Amino acid sequence: MLIAAALSALLALAVLGVATGAEMWRHRLVYLCCMIASLALLAGGIKHLGQTPGTGPAIILPIGLPWMAAHFRLDNLSALFMVVVNLATAAASAYGIGYCSHLPEPRRVTPFYPLFLFGMNAVLIADDAFMFLVAWEFMSLSSWLLVLADHKNAENRHAAFVYLVMACFGTFCLLTCFGLMAGGEGAYSFPAMRAAKLDGVSGFLVVLLALLGAGSKAGLVPLHAWLPLAHPAAPSHVSALMSGVMTKVALYGLIRILFDLHGEVNWAWGAVIMVVGGITAVLGVLYAILQDDLKKLLAYSTVENIGVAVIGLGLAIAFKGSGEKTLAALALVAGLYHIVNHSIFKTLWFLSAGAVITATGERDLGKLGGLTKRMPWNGVAALVGAIAISALPPLNGFVSEWLIFQSLFKGPSLPHWAMKFGVPVVGAMLALAAALAAACFVRAYGIAFLGRPRSRAAAEAHQVPVSMRLTVAFLAVMCVVLGAIPVTITDALSHVVTPLTGVQFAVSADLGWPWLSPVSSTRGSYSGTVLVMTGVGLCIITLLLARLLGTSRLRRADAWDCGHKESIPQSQYTGQSFAQPLRRVFCASIFAARESVDMPDPGDNRPAELKVRVIDPIWVGLYAGIGRGVDFIADLVNRIQYLTVRRYLLMMFATLVLMLLVVAVRQSQ
Amino acid sequence: MSAVLWQLLQIVLVVAVSPLITGWVRLVKSRLNGRTGASPFQPYRDIYRLLQKEAVVAHSASWVFRAAPYVTFGSVWLAACIVPAFTTNLFLAQAADLIALVALLGVARFWTALAGMDIGTSFGGLGASREMMIASLAEPAMLMVTFSLSLISGTTAPAQIIAFILSGGVGIEVSLGLALAALVMVAIAENGRIPIDNPATHLELTMVHEAMVLEYSGRHLALMEGAGMVRLTLFMALIGGLFAPWGMAQAGDGVLAVLVGLGAFLAKCFILATALGVFETSIAKMRVFRYADFLGGALLLGLLATIFLYVSEAV
Repeated sequence: MLIAAALSALLALAVLGVATGAEMWRHRLVYLCCMIASLALLAGGIKHLGQTPGTGPAIILPIGLPWMAAHFRLDNLSALFMVVVNLATAAASAYGIGYCSHLPEPRRVTPFYPLFLFGMNAVLIADDAFMFLVAWEFMSLSSWLLVLADHKNAENRHAAFVYLVMACFGTFCLLTCFGLMAGGEGAYSFPAMRAAKLDGVSGFLVVLLALLGAGSKAGLVPLHAWLPLAHPAAPSHVSALMSGVMTKVALYGLIRILFDLHGEVNWAWGAVIMVVGGITAVLGVLYAILQDDLKKLLAYSTVENIGVAVIGLGLAIAFKGSGEKTLAALALVAGLYHIVNHSIFKTLWFLSAGAVITATGERDLGKLGGLTKRMPWNGVAALVGAIAISALPPLNGFVSEWLIFQSLFKGPSLPHWAMKFGVPVVGAMLALAAALAAACFVRAYGIAFLGRPRSRAAAEAHQVPVSMRLTVAFLAVMCVVLGAIPVTITDALSHVVTPLTGVQFAVSADLGWPWLSPVSSTRGSYSGTVLVMTGVGLCIITLLLARLLGTSRLRRADAWDCGHKESIPQSQYTGQSFAQPLRRVFCASIFAARESVDMPDPGDNRPAELKVRVIDPIWVGLYAGIGRGVDFIADLVNRIQYLTVRRYLLMMFATLVLMLLVVAVRQSQ
Repeated sequence: MSAVLWQLLQIVLVVAVSPLITGWVRLVKSRLNGRTGASPFQPYRDIYRLLQKEAVVAHSASWVFRAAPYVTFGSVWLAACIVPAFTTNLFLAQAADLIALVALLGVARFWTALAGMDIGTSFGGLGASREMMIASLAEPAMLMVTFSLSLISGTTAPAQIIAFILSGGVGIEVSLGLALAALVMVAIAENGRIPIDNPATHLELTMVHEAMVLEYSGRHLALMEGAGMVRLTLFMALIGGLFAPWGMAQAGDGVLAVLVGLGAFLAKCFILATALGVFETSIAKMRVFRYADFLGGALLLGLLATIFLYVSEAV
């Protein structure tokens, strides 16, 4: 009831959003109402998270296709994703209250924002393929309109175009996928699909199409190309939702199809998905390290984190397909934990990026610096987010990566050689991605928030409105909480996993709260709670010891810097110089990264220049190739555009004869 | 109860002996260079002297710069408490495993790198950038070592791995040898030792770790140096514990066994420290972009260690 009311309220808000006009308080009111609706949906999600499987509320509405009503249901998986989605949307809406007045054209954002929230939530509760796809398109198109909010910028128009093409491709794949699962009779409701048995070929195609359809929305390499274009183009609170939440809705679609509707996916697909996840994670973070645009960096980091979560999902499929249900549950819990975590810290970072843009008008790392002194709230919150996203203890990012590692380490117990050799390689990729993520966020935080301001705008940055500060603070606290009490979270997640893997499972098997011990007490365990307490204790002892043995005197002076007196802030390390060693080591072969120095001749007054060339192999190799193919076909088709009437008639006649021939051949068989 | 007691002893022990081990390495290197060298107890005096001095902090430093020494030292200390040095019967043994150990060292590195970037000098950024490049290869290599050890012993907890090896569950394996080689290479990189980094250098273009802590002074510098010393002890305890666990006391053993364990730990540390001194004296430092070959090699060795397990299984 609460959920239905909140969803209708979101639809009504979209209509009201059109009528907001130029007065800012109306926009604020819409965001406030969105926040309340999100909180209501969050409460609904939490309430149903621990329900007994199969008892979720369901509703059938007489809308949609004439021969089929619209089915909705809130089961455990939907409830979990409802919590994930609405925690972030509540934060982003609260942020929007203060942020909307800083947007260039708030009227292009406010009406579509509630619609976007509605679309994402409706995907989660849809219980038939038709409603699922309608809601999916709601989500895609409303976010497309939000990407176009600043449509005067040619880059944004390009981004929106690429996004639209990719969204159409994704929906096309999902449509075909559901069509295959519905079979010849057109049984489009999810319960009917669950009951249906798929034969070999269509079973294979369903997984492939689901992977392409949901994967293109989630940003799996090589379908990620739209993501770093579209996510940064939208206003920051929308970017946060697109990156932090919409990608999760896509993964929800993937989990729904592969674990629930299809149900019997071959283990080999698990291996494929795991490897795709590993490649996505490493490439995503390498792209991120090369970016100078803060929001683009964050979007690529989303690609990485989706890869990490997908490694967990792929492992779960491999385990489930081989009959190892407990390990499948472990891997799935790990993947879901990472999904929850990423929605929080990525939202946090995008909202921080929004605050940086509001305060300075810049999102180029090369023009930022020293912001933690000018914006202390955001400085602390972004640091917490950076630690969490770098998978460092005791915060939440570490717990989910730890769980994924633990389940990876159990991978070689499978009898298949592909898994025995594949799992260590994917493990190395995951470890590489985690280490590079730390480098990426040391770079992002160190350049933007630490050091000296690199531009006047950064030097004169001001505090942002209080609603924008409170939301990032809230999300930072969530990062700490989700890291400090991991067992409480995994227990909640095990309710979701039970119906999907068919096994009752607790990650804290024999040690109990607060020890995370996935397999048994002697097979490796982790306790965030104990570690936090000991770590804080040791830090305090360190502080006391230093005070006790020594002096607490402190003097401020100029930086020493080996005796160099540096006055201009441009002499600091920049984002590009920080990335240089990593670029040389990792990107020389993958991205064909090359550096060249353009040194002017003696007597020439122009400055020397360091040129860096980086080639995106996927864009150049795949997308540009497809683009050329489409152009080539268009040219061919173009030739028949200017024919005489006689020739057109001839073509029609030829077509008719051809069709009759086909009919004749088929009848004679 | 005894677990808590031994844990407290280990917490004190790692901090107490670390300067001595560092001092011993320096003494060995001095003697090999033909110098008399300072007493091995000199690091204690150095740290005490630094603690007495006032801390000078640059105008451009933020709170991150001042918090980093405490967080760095605290997390390295915590990591060192997890690695069984003389007994596997530790209270914290179950709170964190080898994966968490790698990550705790990552926390220390993260804060040190941020501190390097906080002042806004080019040397700080240079150190931070190179350190993160080294870590991006060393960390996966260490996780691969963890992976192969966990495949051999079925667990990622160091105490359980040691117990497994002590119980004679494993013979001499190619994988163990490869894992040891990888771990030693990682240890060299993590501790900033030759050929990756030179702990004695103050030459601007060759330093990595020194460049990040260049701006520190007084108690802050004491903590940063102390963290380095504890990290060295940690890796010696880890290598000595995992690959030569002889003498280590276990759960249920009495005080005598623990005393034997303590003696064995100190003996192992001095053997490893002497070996480190000899090794450092006998080779030259690498160029920065050769690190990738060295550490990529460590990563591959770690990966090979896991693959070889199947090969030896299949044969």
